[in-house]
Amino acid sequence: MKRLLTIKALIGFALVAMVLGVAIFAPIFIPEEAANRMHMTARLKSPSGLYWLGTDQLGRDLLFRVMRGARTSLSIAVSAVLISLLLGLPLGLIAGFYRGAIDNVLMRLVDTLLSFPVLLLALVISAMLGPSIPNAIIAIGVAFAPFLARVVRGEVLRVVQMPYVEAARAAGARDQRLIVRHILPNIMPPIIVQATISLAFAILAEAGLSFLGLGTQPPQSSWGLMIQASRDYLDVAPWTALVPGAAVALTVLGLNMSGDILRDIFDPRSK
Amino acid sequence: MMDALPTPADVQEALVSVEHLRVEFGAGEAMVVGVDDVSFSVGPGETLCVVGESGSGKSVTSLSLMRLVEFGGGRIATGSITFKRVAGDSLDIAKVDPEFMRSLRGAEIGMIFQEPMTSLNPVFTIERQLTDGLRAHLGLSAAAARTRALELMNNVRIPEPERRLKQYPHELSGGMRQRVVIAMAMACKPRLLIADEPTTALDVTIQAEILALIDRLKRDNGMAVLFITHDMAVVAQMADRVVVMHRGRIVEEGPVRQIFESPRADYTRMLLSAVPKLGEMRGKTAPEAMQGLSAQPRAQPASRAKKDDINDILLEVRNLTTRFPVKGGVFRRTVANVHAVEDVSFSIRVGETLALVGESGCGKSTTGRSILRLTEAHSGEVWLDGWEVLKLPPVDLRRARREMQMVFQDPFASLNPYRRLRDQVAEPLENFGLGSRSEIDERVATLFDRVELPRSFLKRFPHELSGGQRQRIAIARAIATHPKLVIADEAVSALDVSVQAQVLNLLMDLQADLGLSYLFISHDMAVVERISHKVGVMYLGRIVEFGPRAAVFEDPRHGYTKSLLSAVPIADPRKRRIHEAQGARTMASPIFPLNYQPAPSLYDEVSPGHLVLRPEAGSLWSG
Repeated sequence: MKRLLTIKALIGFALVAMVLGVAIFAPIFIPEEAANRMHMTARLKSPSGLYWLGTDQLGRDLLFRVMRGARTSLSIAVSAVLISLLLGLPLGLIAGFYRGAIDNVLMRLVDTLLSFPVLLLALVISAMLGPSIPNAIIAIGVAFAPFLARVVRGEVLRVVQMPYVEAARAAGARDQRLIVRHILPNIMPPIIVQATISLAFAILAEAGLSFLGLGTQPPQSSWGLMIQASRDYLDVAPWTALVPGAAVALTVLGLNMSGDILRDIFDPRSK
Repeated sequence: MMDALPTPADVQEALVSVEHLRVEFGAGEAMVVGVDDVSFSVGPGETLCVVGESGSGKSVTSLSLMRLVEFGGGRIATGSITFKRVAGDSLDIAKVDPEFMRSLRGAEIGMIFQEPMTSLNPVFTIERQLTDGLRAHLGLSAAAARTRALELMNNVRIPEPERRLKQYPHELSGGMRQRVVIAMAMACKPRLLIADEPTTALDVTIQAEILALIDRLKRDNGMAVLFITHDMAVVAQMADRVVVMHRGRIVEEGPVRQIFESPRADYTRMLLSAVPKLGEMRGKTAPEAMQGLSAQPRAQPASRAKKDDINDILLEVRNLTTRFPVKGGVFRRTVANVHAVEDVSFSIRVGETLALVGESGCGKSTTGRSILRLTEAHSGEVWLDGWEVLKLPPVDLRRARREMQMVFQDPFASLNPYRRLRDQVAEPLENFGLGSRSEIDERVATLFDRVELPRSFLKRFPHELSGGQRQRIAIARAIATHPKLVIADEAVSALDVSVQAQVLNLLMDLQADLGLSYLFISHDMAVVERISHKVGVMYLGRIVEFGPRAAVFEDPRHGYTKSLLSAVPIADPRKRRIHEAQGARTMASPIFPLNYQPAPSLYDEVSPGHLVLRPEAGSLWSG
């Protein structure tokens, strides 16, 4: 009997809860105007009593911006990963379960997509659809789907030859039932882990797209946009990069720590 | 040989003596005791067998002697392990410095593990693996180490040792690999050899060779052997003295004959009665339940199938052939075929058990899987109760599968870990739409009663059950749809003997009550002798001998059947049959070029129903 609520799990959940809380409540309590207000006399100020986390090159309060950016960054990352799951999961399941020609066609397509750098792929898709947040989400989701499809297929190949899948087949189970009842639950643990890791990369991908003007549009704030903007001031005002960077790091850390727990919760063996 | 049996060595004489050993795993609330209060000793030149079922602590004991238990998270809590060194001084292995222990391992104590696949490193040649140890422990030069390696290879009777030295582990068969592992363990002439289930993963004919090899090396070198096994038959063949372990404690210790002929502990008695002994069914025609598992003598299941019933043929297999392509080259083209099943024909009557027996790779499992169409056959016919199974379209195949179900070997892998036991057993009922939810619930509950599992298990998950209980679930699932045929593929092989006996009895009970027919696929001759009405012996994809159980076991005609029967260890220390054959036999390959036209299987009928493959088709056998 393994204890589910370990210190690690509690820290993970606390981090995720904190980030989620900020994402939900910050836009309510911090008016957009406060986050966008420029203090021309207080540009690139280091953290102080007045500006707790310092200011950026336009004299905007980094605390307000990082808190308001949470919702943008998280919603883009979560939606993008959901889209990649929606695409990658069925692709991988079908390819791995049916093998043969359909597997070959699907996997060559996936390999082709994988051979492009993710950002380039997202860039092309985003450029075709036009610059906006929903399009950036679609672009990132599509660009990440091949990775998930690969992981899913590999797992399906492993599970499909397990005796319990054969036993179910011998017991008259149809394909759909085999996939949904027997294969899907058994491939979920690595998929959950892969998805939480993808969230982190999605936050960064959004930053890349925003930098190129295809994601979040200024003056709206997102963590990615903030990191990109800090690039020119790293030597004089490192906090402009550290603040949004720490936000990304803490979120990813929290997700990874609780991702393991999520996996264990699904696993009846750990109860 | 029995006269020279060493008396239980006292501590002064003993090569190694273990006293009050206690090994713990984990700490605090999660602490588990691996073994407790274990004391025994091994004298020079003596074979001590430690026997027990899974979880008995036998492996923990052997790993403690090498201080390898620490790498598995264990800790020697109390007790001492006194080892007498070559120089004459003694030391306590339980207390020595781990760094010092390294110089002892391999040099003065050798060890062989169960799995010959994984105890060799796949990326180094045999030569490299053999000479590394020699150079490290004995400080030999490269040339001297190579000479010694060749000597060792000859010593363990590996044919063509020069060529083998240049090969990688995957190029060797399982038996060859185990010989290499033994050669490595013998490299520094250890005074104690610890063998942890060294033959469990091997086929019975290979097992006989390896056991004989260990026995000869022991006699030639005056080496002591600590032999860990779960197999009472192997114990009877190998041991001078026996230690029986159960749940981390020693329940009985004594000379081998005393243990087998007048066991004192109830557990030993139960263990011995649960072991099917080859030859004990002599003169009987019908299968018989295992006795002695419970206090009362067991009623023999009265076969429900009447004489005229048993004449109905349920399954008829004609000229079944299954091949697997061997892919090769850059384009992954098919370059050859594995002839897994080659022109196999047999029939099973209602209420009858046909056993297919043979060693790994002989095609017995593929035959079963081809009948169920879990693997597609190349050609042939399978008639089940009027259906031609191999020609059925998918819709009808599902319906036909209602009539034939399968029990798989590994009860840990054949149940979906994410589904409750109720759902596992309900699976076929739901798939075939056999009743409403409440009717299915009722049926599943009666099935639990039928396989003697408490209904409180309905809501549990597979990991909460023992291996035997899981196999009962698999059996309940298999009989849920009232099938006529159950294919049991090594269904009791992964179970401890006491559990194996119970599951065998359950299978026989079910057959008597429900009139089931079994295709019982097994490598274990003694189990097959217990359970079957008819036997087919398979070798390289063909049935080489087929007939009523008594005919095949009491009057074997084919060379392969004879060699198989003579290789089976017998759980009786008075019937020792371990002797080393000259040169290891190499298994012929079932891989043939694409255009190969195999000869048909033709049989001679030596007595009514007793068929022996004619040599022209089975010329592959060179025994």
